[in-house]
Amino acid sequence: MATTSHPAISARGKYEPVIGLEVHVQLLTASKMFCSCANRFGDAPNTNVCPVCLGLPGALPVLNSKGVEFAVLAAMALNCRINETSIFARKNYFYPDLPKGYQISQYDKPLAEFGHVNITVGGVTKKIGITRLHLEEDAGKSLHEGFPGASETTAVDLNRSGVPLIEIVSEPDLASPDEAYEYLTRLKEIILYTGVSDCNMEEGSLRCDANISVKPKGQKQFGTKTEVKNVNSFRFVREALEYEIERHIEVIESGGKITQESRLYNSAEGKTYGMRSKEQAHDYRYFPEPDLLPLVVDEKWQSQIRATLPELPEALRARLIADYGITAQDAAVLTISRSLADQFEAAAKAAKNPKRVANLVQSEILGRLKAKNLEIDHSPISMKGVAASADLMESGAISSKMLKDLYDLAFEQNKDFPTIYEEAGRPEQSRDTGALEKIIDEVIAANPKQLEQYRGGKKTVIAFFVGQVMKASKGQANPQMVNDLLAKKLDA
Amino acid sequence: MKVTEKDVSYVADLANLELTEDERTRMVRDLNSILGHIDNLNELDTANVPPMAQVSELYGVDRSKTGCERFMYASREDVIEGLRKCLPHDEALANAPSSDGTYFKVPKVIER
Repeated sequence: MATTSHPAISARGKYEPVIGLEVHVQLLTASKMFCSCANRFGDAPNTNVCPVCLGLPGALPVLNSKGVEFAVLAAMALNCRINETSIFARKNYFYPDLPKGYQISQYDKPLAEFGHVNITVGGVTKKIGITRLHLEEDAGKSLHEGFPGASETTAVDLNRSGVPLIEIVSEPDLASPDEAYEYLTRLKEIILYTGVSDCNMEEGSLRCDANISVKPKGQKQFGTKTEVKNVNSFRFVREALEYEIERHIEVIESGGKITQESRLYNSAEGKTYGMRSKEQAHDYRYFPEPDLLPLVVDEKWQSQIRATLPELPEALRARLIADYGITAQDAAVLTISRSLADQFEAAAKAAKNPKRVANLVQSEILGRLKAKNLEIDHSPISMKGVAASADLMESGAISSKMLKDLYDLAFEQNKDFPTIYEEAGRPEQSRDTGALEKIIDEVIAANPKQLEQYRGGKKTVIAFFVGQVMKASKGQANPQMVNDLLAKKLDA
Repeated sequence: MKVTEKDVSYVADLANLELTEDERTRMVRDLNSILGHIDNLNELDTANVPPMAQVSELYGVDRSKTGCERFMYASREDVIEGLRKCLPHDEALANAPSSDGTYFKVPKVIER
């Protein structure tokens, strides 16, 4: 009996996945969106609450202008067009962590539209459209387990109720789980650079819902989609999408139909499960929020906000590559956070030779980090330390061999370079011309053939002599001195 | 457009309302009379009137200002407890039908 491949796997090539993502990001305002309770994670339950966020009758929302600024800043960073006038709308549904019975959101007139994020997967760069970015408020938090009586009751903490959120909806432009992963990575990076959110997925400040459907290759019309809700890591989003694609294809190939529904991903099992939700739960009966004025962000306010937009990762990488001659890969590492990139630039600029700092990070730091399985923001040698060592090399005080040894010590003892350098007694490479001259004389004497070539006009042979002298001095000699002395003696 | 019993049942269900037979009949009648009134308004030609989400957009704003400034009186600075103090914890929970002194408690919720 011949082996038969799994039906879904063999059918995979016949189908194209279509993926769109909805990302919710909490904004780092001091207070909530529509009341002045603290927007703070981790406080004692139900302590940052007031009549507005508890949904008590008669309480009225008042807009937090910082929340608007942060949302606009994020929208600008994502290349969106800002709608000068947008309006708030009520999204009506019943759930215990939504005390008002509606969420203040935006519907037919969102704050921003028509943005995009560039992603690169497998060397190919692709523009992923952002349909809309709108402002809304978070709901409270329901706890289903981990407390006495959890089998009969659900506990509700309303500290999160009313925390400002932006919802970022992508176009269905993503064609694979890898593209979805890359989109989320780039999106998070951009948001982090703007500083409007900490994007901490464990604390729920960034959350993702994924819409997925498959269609026969080449077909224009999309298949029926499912929505995988509230996946709490990018890796799990990718896994959940992989699973859903396989599942959709299997259902379709065996003659079945995909039901449009919300599903939950169980990361321990690597499977998604349909949620038992009422069909009509999706009828949210949106209508304009009568308690809030239209949101007007005119050109003047927009330009004030635009002035606070920092250099974004894509532009920053391009500039670092151009300014410091580093590779694209290293630029990617140095820009994993805005603070690291700032540290690098500050150190590089303070050093006598900025390029040397970039080169040291590239040739001496990254490899050692990888060997110790460390992220660069946990490097024992700080960017300042790299700059200090670069200056010592630049002035000829230490050789590259010595630098390597000191770096090894720094990584071994988890100390920064200046400390290690002090502890090692501020070592200096030999500048004793007497000893060096002796080595040079010996090297010249041992290589009469090369000497003859040099004197015959082949001046490039000096590189050979430099190499031999460095070797004989065990890397301790100052290359500049070796060069100068050698030239003097060879030309004599 | 005429509201049917089925529409009323659907909306009542979404609003978690249980209506008696009599109430349902009354709702059908009342809603149709309201929609009848809207039909009267529809006789006006509003082709050149921009849609308005609410009247305070026209009558509530500070008309001495321009642009977003007109609307700023209804927003606030991002200051913790700048509007009012948070409720003391026990007061926040005081009117809850069920609580454990820390959380609000509700009957077990399975999934949304």
